This record gives sequence, structure tokens and C-alpha cells, in this order.
Amino acid sequence: MLQLNKSQIQIQKTAREFATGEFDKDMARDLDRMAEFPKEIWKYAAELGFIGMHFPEKYGGGGMGMIENVLVAEEFCRKDATIGSSVMLSDVAADGLVRFGSDELRRQYIAEILEGRMRSGAAMTMPGGNDPGDAPGLTVTEAGDTWKINGKIEGLINGGEADIYCLLCKSGISDNGSDDISMFLVEADRPGIVCEKKHDTLGLRMTASSRVSFHNVEVPRTNLIGRKGRGLRQARQMLAEFQMLLSALALGTAQGALDRTLAHVKQREQFGRKIAQFQVNRHKLAAMATQIEQARFLTYQAAVCFDTKKPDPRLIAMAKLTAAKTAVQVAYEAIQLMGGYGFTTEYDVERFYRDAKALQIIGGNERELSDDIAEAVIGRIRK
Amino acid sequence: MNTLPYTDQHHTFRKRLRDFLESEVIPHADKWEADHMVPRDIYRKMGSEGFLCPALSRKYGGMGGDFLYSVIVIEEIVRTNQSGLFAQLHSDVVVPYIESYGTEEQKQKYLPGCVSGDIVTAVAMTEPDAGSDLAAMTSTAVQDGDEVVLNGAKTFISNGIHCDLVVLAAKDPAVPTPHKSVSLYLVEDGTPGFKKGARQEKMGLRSQDTAELFFTNCRIPRENLLGNKGEGFIHLMQKLQQERLVCAVWATALANRILNWTKNYCRSTIVNRIPLSTSQAVQFALVEMQTDLRVGSAFLNDLIIDHIEKKDVVKETSMAKFWTTDVANRIANRCLEMVGDVATREECPIVRMWRDVRIHTIFAGTNEIMKGIVAKFMRL
Repeated sequence: MLQLNKSQIQIQKTAREFATGEFDKDMARDLDRMAEFPKEIWKYAAELGFIGMHFPEKYGGGGMGMIENVLVAEEFCRKDATIGSSVMLSDVAADGLVRFGSDELRRQYIAEILEGRMRSGAAMTMPGGNDPGDAPGLTVTEAGDTWKINGKIEGLINGGEADIYCLLCKSGISDNGSDDISMFLVEADRPGIVCEKKHDTLGLRMTASSRVSFHNVEVPRTNLIGRKGRGLRQARQMLAEFQMLLSALALGTAQGALDRTLAHVKQREQFGRKIAQFQVNRHKLAAMATQIEQARFLTYQAAVCFDTKKPDPRLIAMAKLTAAKTAVQVAYEAIQLMGGYGFTTEYDVERFYRDAKALQIIGGNERELSDDIAEAVIGRIRK
Repeated sequence: MNTLPYTDQHHTFRKRLRDFLESEVIPHADKWEADHMVPRDIYRKMGSEGFLCPALSRKYGGMGGDFLYSVIVIEEIVRTNQSGLFAQLHSDVVVPYIESYGTEEQKQKYLPGCVSGDIVTAVAMTEPDAGSDLAAMTSTAVQDGDEVVLNGAKTFISNGIHCDLVVLAAKDPAVPTPHKSVSLYLVEDGTPGFKKGARQEKMGLRSQDTAELFFTNCRIPRENLLGNKGEGFIHLMQKLQQERLVCAVWATALANRILNWTKNYCRSTIVNRIPLSTSQAVQFALVEMQTDLRVGSAFLNDLIIDHIEKKDVVKETSMAKFWTTDVANRIANRCLEMVGDVATREECPIVRMWRDVRIHTIFAGTNEIMKGIVAKFMRL
């Protein structure tokens, strides 16, 4: 197992202390009900450097690795899955800028995002598939010195609330007849952008997912992220990083559900005993803890690989698949072990269960991830 | 195939009920879910059309029907995608206590109102510290002349806000053996000392009013004792077979609906230019879930027939309760995940059902309690 070094343990501890001090249970329940973003907490977390630990210092990042970012995400969600996820997903477009953006775009926006002055949004999934190239909802045409964007995105993360968006647009037809896809940075205040509907979601309710339409939205040529026609390839790399983050969020959600369950079963008495003393309950808790360690091992391993070699999409997909499934199962059992209390909003685990379910679905569901993993594992088959 | 022996009368009843729900309930379901409450009047509407207490004897205004009518009501209410009109609790769980254990006077007094919907009922067993361990309840009932004085708090009571009449389980503190100290009492809304607490907010069943009930020196007439004194536990146990069957039928109906919706979604949704349902993984998953439901309904249908024939199938209904509710949750979880992004939104009908079905492994006796009961029957 990976051994965290001193500085990593320190970051973990600092993140835990921050979350313990700032994430309030009653506030979390209210924000979840009203589907509101925890703006104050986000700003504070960003000021303290918790957003974008793994991005280069010259852009306002922490200059550390993916593993540090994973540790922060885990601790945040452990304390509160809904708040933690929304804060960590505020920089969803930064990765695209760091990797592929022009110097000008990087200078202009990355620090704004990482230091809590701007939120970013992105469409990491398309209707019906985790492949960002599936039926892009946007098209872009050249119009003199500008690009003109038209179309609609159904599930734009932070849509309607973010200051800038990272978007994939169909920019023509390539030589082999498939769609030519390019990536653009679009400022949210440009004329023609309408947030038609903020979806009422089952989980991750502090993170907006919205239907946003674009009508002749003009952006300067310099807003192209990376190279024209390379959007799909770029998006695949962004998706890997997104899945890495989702594993960490799911891992923390699972651990948070287990923490709460342990506190409950050691205190609740039925039939003259603590319910933690019943063998089947004990075995359930053992299974929950075991699943969490499996998820943690894979998530950390994928993160270390991200930092030391190069991102391994196969390992990241395995981590996302395992961590999200674990979060759903652990939160499900947490509700069971808390009985009627677990089903009420008074206790956090029902919310964690909803968040876990959302984390499992977004960024690739089981079928899509299994398709990707299988392709990497099986490789080419000779005809 | 062990299909249920529905007659023409059953089919007509289902058709009438479906039409009624389509005009009176379905158009309001989303609003009721958002309000976290159904209008009280819907019970009267149900009652005036003859959809409440179909199994109750004709003598008290019921139809004298069999349990198949209850199955029909549960299945049709599931189609409305709201859970607040909790007719199955009223008709099939609470009212049978009064019909079975009530005095002639009590029956004359309350049952016609239960049929018309003027009286909505609730049953109050669970307490903050007595969930699975019902014998640990601390609510007390002490006789004082011609009256009984009630004290205690109950929690997670379904229909807790709407209820006009509560079947309350409370202990006589003078009797040391917990199992012999519990009696059932009928408490009317408005009795001094009986207070309804705030609505308890839940993950699912959002339009259904769940509340705490408080009894503080609440005095009721002695004749409001329901059944025999000290036999409350036995009375409760005797009615659990039907309650668990109701729960199993309900969970199965939800699972069927979730799966049907998902199957249609997979057939009509195009991914990479082909329908999702052409994916082998999707096909096999749908086949496995359909098989689970087919196997489950074979068992369940047998039990429904046995139950109608008044056979003792406590062991088997306990098995069915845990098995069907586990399966229903497994199916709900798998379907949401298969559908993908669309199923992260509340407007997707299976999302509400996924939230609702989570309680089925907990209420009407947790699945752990069910397994404990079966273990005893297996003499383990």
C-alpha cells in the first residue's frame, strides 16, 4: 500500500480540520434542500489553497500532485459529501486550460478559478454516453474574426452559475467523415447564452446541472482551447482527470457514511444490546470497511500513477467504477443500519446515498467504464 | 403459471380505480410530492367511490372483497407515482385491527367513517428507543376509574398528520412482563393531551405525512381499549402477515414499474446510432432483472392465494418481505445506473421510485427482523 509522506499527511489533516470547522450539518441540509452552492465555503477553501492543489504554482495552483488533490477531496466528502463535491467541482474547466490553453487564456482565468474569484463549468458527458464526442450538442462556425456557437447542452455542470465554460463544439467534418470537434472557452456573460433550466437533481444538489442554450454566441478566435479538431482527444484526457476526482469524492462519501454508521451502532441499543454487538451487523460493517479499503487502494494507486508516470485511463476507470459502487453500497447499508432514522433527512446518510448514486452515474456508468477497461485489458484481437 | 384468480369484478374494480386515479391523483402527484402532503379531501374522494377498505365486511359499509382488491389498490397507487395517498396502510393494515378486535360498538362507531374516508387511521407502535425491539416501548396506559391515562411519544407514524383515529400500543406499568403488558387503544384526534408533532422529512415517500405523536396525560374512555387487555402483542403479531404481504406486493409493484420504464427507455434511446437495448450488457441486465421479478411473483402469488385462504404463512411472508424488498432496491439501483445521466434528474420517473423503495427494507419490520423470524420457524 502506498505510504503517504509527511507533507501529504499534513495536507490530509489540514483538509480534515478545515472541513470539520466549516462544514455545518444544518447548513448542508438546507443547501441540499434548496439546491444552493456553498459560496462562502468555496471562497474560503480556495483562499486557503484547497482548490487545484495539483495545478502548477505559476497559474495559482498548489504545485503538488494528483494524490494531494485526491486527499483533499476525500476529506471534504468524508465530512460532507454534498458540500465537498460542489467545492471540488468548482474548478472543472481549469484542467482543460492548464493542459491545452494558450498562455493568454491561462493567465487570464486559471488563477481566478483556483483562488475563488470565478467558478467554471463544463459538459463532461453527453446524452447517452460518457464519450464526450457522442453527439455534441453545440456547433461552431467561423465568422470573420470570431467563432459563433449555437446549440444546447443538457447537463452542463455548474451551468447557469459559473463564470466561464469549457465546451466541446462540432467544428466541421474531418477527412474521414467523422465530426471535427474543438474545445472552446466561453465566458458566461456573453450575449446569447441562456440557462433554460437548472435540473432538479437526485444528488449532488449543491452542484448545478443545467440545460444551457447558445444562440449565435460570439467568441474571439483566441478562445479556442488547444487545437482545432483536437477537442475529442483533449476531452478524453480531461475526462480521465474528472473520473480521478469522482473516485476521490466517492471514496470520501463512503468513508463519511461509515463514520456516521459506526457512531450510531455503538450508541443505539435494541434488545438490551448495542446494535454494534449483533454478529450480522458487525459483518456488514466489516464488509463496508473492506470495500472502502479496496476503493482507497485503487484510487490512491491511480493518483500516484498520475503523478509519477502518466495517467493510466484503465486504472482511473477501475478506481471510479469501484469507488462509486462502494459509495452506493456503503451508504445503502448505512441507511439500513440506522433504520427509520437513516431514511429521514435529519441524518446525513440518506443524502450521502443520493450523492453516491449521482457520483456513480456521472462521468461514466458501469457499462461505459467496463467497455473502456475491457478495451485496455483485452487489447487488439487478430482477425 | 400461478396467476392470481382475478374475476370480472376485480377487473372492473381495477379499471374504475385506474380511471379515478388518472383524473384525481396523477395530475396532482408532483405538486403533492413538492408539498410533502396530500390534501385531506382525497381520502373522502377515494371513499365515496368505494376504493377504501374493499375487504371490510358489508355490514360496516365495505365491499366484503378478498385480498386481491388490496393488491389492485397497491398496484394502481404505484402507477400514480406518489405515495402520500397511503390507502394501503389505512385499508389493509390499520382498519383490520378494528374489524378483528373491536367491540360491536367500536365497529359501528368508526368503521363506516373509515370506508367513507371521513376517518383516516394510523397505527402507533414505534418509539424513539423502540424500533425493531418493540417490547422496549415505554408509552404507558394506566386505568383511572372509567378512563385510561396515556403517556409517551411515538415516532415515524405514517398518516401522522392526517389521522383522525390512532391505534396506539402502550404498556401497563404494573405488569412486569413486557410481552404481557401491552394493550391497544383507540385514540381520536382532538382528545386533550394528544398532540401531533412536526412532519418528519424523509428521503422518499415525500408526499406521505410521517410525524411524531405525543401523549401527555391524555385521557380516553375505558371502552376505547381495542381487543383484550394485555394481548396487544398477540394482536399485533396476528396482523403482521398481511402488513408484510402488503409491503412485498408494494415493493414488487415499484420494481416492475421501474424495470418497465427502463426497458422502454433502453429500447428508444439511441447511443452511437443504435438503440441502447442492442447492447448485450444492457440486454442481459434487463433479462436478469425480469427473471428476478418473475421468480419473485411466483412466490408472492402463491402467498397471496394462501393468505386469501386464511392459511398461516407467517414464515413465508417474512421471507417474501425481505426478499422482494432487497430485489426491488437492487433493481432500482441497477436501472438508474443503466439509464445514466437522465436518471440523475428528479423529472425522470424512476428516480422518485428509487427514493421511495429504500424504506421497504426497513419498515413493516426490518429485513433483519424478518430473517430472525424465519430462523425461529426453521428451529435454528
